Amino acid sequence: MEFSVCGMDFNRAGEAAAQIKKALQLVGMHMDTMRRAVIVAYEAELNIVIHARQGRLVAHIHPDRVELEAIDEGPGIPDIPRAMQEGYSTAPAHIRKMGFGAGMGLPNIKKSASQMRLTSEINVGTRLTATIINQTSGD
Amino acid sequence: MSRYFHSVMLDQDKCKGCTNCIKHCPTEAIRVREGRAVIIEERCIDCGECIRICPNRAKLAITDPLERLADYQYTIALPAPSLYAQFGPEVLPGSIIGALLSMGFDEVYEVAVGAVAVSNALHRYIESQSGHRPVISSACPAVVRLMQVRFPGLLEHIAPVETPMEISARLAREKARQEHDLPDNAIGVFFITPCPAKVTAIKQPFGERSYVDGAFSMSAIYGAVLRHLQDVADAPPDSLSPALGVGWGKTGGENQAIKKHALLAVDGIHNVINVLEEIERGGLTDIHYIEAQACTGGCIGGPLTPQNPFVARVRMERLLKVLAAGERPLPAFPDDPEYYRLAGPIPPRPTLKLSSDINRAIGMLEEVERITAELPGLDCGSCGSPNCRALAEDIVRGYAESSYCVFKLREKLQLLAREIVDLAHKQPPAMGKPEKHSKDSAIQNKNADQQVGRKEGTDL
Ligand code: SF4
Ligand code: SF4
Repeated sequence: MEFSVCGMDFNRAGEAAAQIKKALQLVGMHMDTMRRAVIVAYEAELNIVIHARQGRLVAHIHPDRVELEAIDEGPGIPDIPRAMQEGYSTAPAHIRKMGFGAGMGLPNIKKSASQMRLTSEINVGTRLTATIINQTSGD
Repeated sequence: MSRYFHSVMLDQDKCKGCTNCIKHCPTEAIRVREGRAVIIEERCIDCGECIRICPNRAKLAITDPLERLADYQYTIALPAPSLYAQFGPEVLPGSIIGALLSMGFDEVYEVAVGAVAVSNALHRYIESQSGHRPVISSACPAVVRLMQVRFPGLLEHIAPVETPMEISARLAREKARQEHDLPDNAIGVFFITPCPAKVTAIKQPFGERSYVDGAFSMSAIYGAVLRHLQDVADAPPDSLSPALGVGWGKTGGENQAIKKHALLAVDGIHNVINVLEEIERGGLTDIHYIEAQACTGGCIGGPLTPQNPFVARVRMERLLKVLAAGERPLPAFPDDPEYYRLAGPIPPRPTLKLSSDINRAIGMLEEVERITAELPGLDCGSCGSPNCRALAEDIVRGYAESSYCVFKLREKLQLLAREIVDLAHKQPPAMGKPEKHSKDSAIQNKNADQQVGRKEGTDL
């Protein structure tokens, strides 16, 4: 599944995450997998909305895992370790005033995903890959 | 009893298959088949949105007939707080209670009283718990059932505290048993309900049993209450009607009653869905308690209330002011938190799964995606499914065919028509006469006909 995400389009932020959740429900993913995947998908989607010109959110659904990929065209992240710190944000003041960009996006993704990879090139864009392992409990 | 009891039903004779209801159902539980609406039982949450929207009054709620009162030796009416907002400003709760008594009930126990006890219990629970934030109200059964179907991951957020209806029924029953020395099965407790969801909560509770025996629709008994108001016009009985409990009947009332902790109130099922989605994404952890009601305005806007919800709201506000000025002491409530505990766990209802085998389900999901991409995306509902994606799901589940889509059908017809025209131009070789005007074209025609003849030959 692939969704295009547009920078600064706060009205539609969350739509891709909602679609991905619906798909995971149809497939019958474990509840916890679904919960974590929704958080990752939403934060990744929001990152594109806040920081990039445009991007794509791609979901690959496998029986044992969900892979989410967020690829954007934007300014890139100059200091990845710093961006991973809780509360560190480069979001401009007006976005923070709207209640977004509190610097919890990437840390939240890291917390919810089983694995995460982040690569970025200044003035080109960022690619985030996150995997959520589906803990099947046989329900 | 079938696996799911439902209060919302279809009147076959009235339904015109107009597809209005399928588009408003929050769980996509309705389809139109053979010109009639069909409810997918596992998905229906009895919110009553379809009752509200149906232009032909073909959706209805099954409630109890008044005759059921005869089944019990001693009957108790439980008026929902929203009932008080259905009358003119001169009608105070005391008169309504009087009218209910003169209609044949032996006693009236106000749900507004039980609501105060529940507010206290909720306050204590929110104070003590540090787990899942925000806590979500358990009071609206349509919201709880919505969560079972669409937000199973959030069920742990629901306050494990019984609803005012259940607590009131329990308190009323215990009081009647003590005061009149009656066995439990001689007492009939009847809720006067603003919605079908409460009926479902009574007939299919999460625990072993409901303390309520039946429910009368507010609209259905409204006329009788109005008539009996005259009987008590001179000396209406006393009412306790605590303002904080009566306020539960409208949006924001729960929060006011629970006091300091409560923060967010959301009403209208589609707004509730938005807020639940937000919680699902990990948001709103700064909020302690969410009062979520499926109906716009809260229970005063319930699908079985006779009054316009905006009028009811004004009346409710005015009534609350009057009541707050003349508060009366309430009976002592049990302190034990266990008394208020939700009777049973709320299980998820995974009714959306395409298959119980995950590998197969993933394959089916891919098929859904492929079919959706081929459909026109107009979400017109003419196929009887609420939108194109839902049709794709129905096709993959085997409940529908792609020809249900009028556009797909047209495409197919066009292809067929073209083929028919092509075939019509083709003549059997015995009949084909070369045209005179051009030698070349005559030869071409002949060649073409021969080719067709050969092709048809091989096909046969
Ligand atoms: S709204 Fe639904 S129930 Fe009412 S007539 Fe139309 S299809 Fe039938
Ligand atoms: S808001 Fe009240 S009337 Fe509406 S469904 Fe919920 S409990 Fe029933």
